[in-house]
Amino acid sequence: MFRALQTTFGIAVVIFLLMPIFAILPLAFTSSVFLNYPIPAYSMRWMHELTTAEVWRTSIVNSLIIGGGATVLATVLGTLASLGMRKGALPMVGLLRTVFLLPMVVPAVVLGVGMQIFLVRIGLASTYLGVIVAHAVLCIPFVIVSVSAALQGIDPSIERAASSLGARPVTVFRRVTLPLALPGVVSGAIFAFATSLDEVVLTLFVAGPNQRTLARQMFSSIRENINPTVAAAALLLIVGTLCLGGLGALLRWRQGRKTAAAVA
Amino acid sequence: MKAAILRERSGALLLVSPVIIFLAVFFLWPLWTMVTAAFVDDAVSKVLPRTAASIVSWNGQGVPSEAAHKALVQDLKAASDEQALGEAVRRLNSAASGFRTLLGRTIPAVKAAPDPAQVDLLAVDPRWNDTRFWVALKEAMPPYTDRNILAAVDMKRDASGGIVAEAADASAHRLIMLRTLLVAAMVTIACAVIGLPYAMLTASVTGWKRSALLLAVVLPLWTSLLVRTAAWFILLQNEGLINRALQAIGLIDSPLPLIFNRLGVVIAMTHVLLPFMVLPIYSVILGIPRNLMSAAQSMGAGPVRAFWRVLLPLSLPGLLSGSLLVFMVAIGYYITPALLGGANDQMISSVIAFYATGTANWGLAGALGLILLVVTTVLYAIYGRFSTPQQVPGA
Repeated sequence: MFRALQTTFGIAVVIFLLMPIFAILPLAFTSSVFLNYPIPAYSMRWMHELTTAEVWRTSIVNSLIIGGGATVLATVLGTLASLGMRKGALPMVGLLRTVFLLPMVVPAVVLGVGMQIFLVRIGLASTYLGVIVAHAVLCIPFVIVSVSAALQGIDPSIERAASSLGARPVTVFRRVTLPLALPGVVSGAIFAFATSLDEVVLTLFVAGPNQRTLARQMFSSIRENINPTVAAAALLLIVGTLCLGGLGALLRWRQGRKTAAAVA
Repeated sequence: MKAAILRERSGALLLVSPVIIFLAVFFLWPLWTMVTAAFVDDAVSKVLPRTAASIVSWNGQGVPSEAAHKALVQDLKAASDEQALGEAVRRLNSAASGFRTLLGRTIPAVKAAPDPAQVDLLAVDPRWNDTRFWVALKEAMPPYTDRNILAAVDMKRDASGGIVAEAADASAHRLIMLRTLLVAAMVTIACAVIGLPYAMLTASVTGWKRSALLLAVVLPLWTSLLVRTAAWFILLQNEGLINRALQAIGLIDSPLPLIFNRLGVVIAMTHVLLPFMVLPIYSVILGIPRNLMSAAQSMGAGPVRAFWRVLLPLSLPGLLSGSLLVFMVAIGYYITPALLGGANDQMISSVIAFYATGTANWGLAGALGLILLVVTTVLYAIYGRFSTPQQVPGA
């Protein structure tokens, strides 16, 4: 009796968690103009709309530009900071870490208001650079968490061995530390890109009409006139995220094999 | 040895400083800009500095002296920054309606006059005889104001400078704050009621069952928030899957109102935030030695008693940090209420966004944002004390 109750509860929650994601995907291929079931016939109509309609196409391109820019910026800055905080040479590392993670905690709307006033003042409002910088602020915490975790997993004796064999610090970093930390850097970059891709609120505040991202376009589409293009865009986002996640997993797996081979 | 430590330290500092500078400029400074926007009120005094100096001594009765008139004319003649002047006019017009047309007539007249000393304001427009406009001008002069932060909590200053409550129907900020807390509390409770047993169940099974249960929690976390919100839109609408299914099995005759109301917002937010509840509880339960439950039972406690006295109290820290996390994230939510809620479900973030992007009222947006920021920061500080530093939202 209790077991059956447990199983039912577990299945019910799993359905609650997964149903929305699986419910939206087939609608990307509906032939109807309504974002709704039942699907009268399958068609590529809305996928076509997504890739040819001017607003949607520009928004996809914008998402790639802004996501790419924010990812590069956040990954470089976040990786440097993680390396700097690694050895514990700095005083108050705990405080620094807390400050670095704050962008995840501050409500997006609050940061959005400040960012909007600030970017207008320095003349970056409604520019690509402004949106990239704003997104990078949100992405940095994810990079720092991911890279710091990877660095923590590196056995310092490997680096000591390299330097005792005559490698200079730069060589140790380039040939030992960086390759070992690379999976962390890559997954940090993936997190950063996914964060930028999904960002709506800051974009609402700082982007002009020319910087409309895919997420921003989906937001206004749901708000104003929802149609199956939203489902097509959702499919694109999910497939994109899965590909990125798969890439990260593949890199980690290859790294693991290489390390295993090196140890053996 | 000391030199080596110093070198290492400066190297580390060199690596960390780009992020420190970047976040100081593009994160802390914007936040500070928002806070100051709530308190700085120098739009008028910046453009009319001589008037500001001259009007200070006026007692607010009748019309100020000739000197104030002259100062105003000189200021208007000297004002060359169109944008700043426009902002000053907007600020004055919001304090006393009609100021825009009054200045709209006065400024060209002053600009056109060859000698500002000869301009007679009363001749340009008789409304300069109206005390109301001069009072508005005087009150707009102090560079700092508490007007916005008072308005954010539905208060204002009366004519004598005392703080009084705003008329009940004039403003609804307190109501919206209460609603924000209420919705966040409802979501937190829903997450706790579902998340605690789910985390316990996940920890109690092994093998593929555990992997499947965990995957179900993590998969939504990887999915775009907009995708999930759009998906709930599809499920909850009147012709949506849920209403159709309920109608098909004959439970209801007409569709249940599930969207554009409080229920829809709470359902979708619970779905989005449930992982933040499950994961902390799960990690705490994993840390509880498994033999404690069997020890309790071997000492004569039934399964219910063992659960109630051993497992539940030991999982409370996870429940606490999960609840704090969910509540903290929920009070700042914007997208889900904006898309799935009705007019009466808008939370504080929507109001801030409305003032900032809809009416360009930065002062009030900043004041409400400051309140939200303070509440969130306090909750984060409490959360930081209760949970281990490794548990980071979203990571």
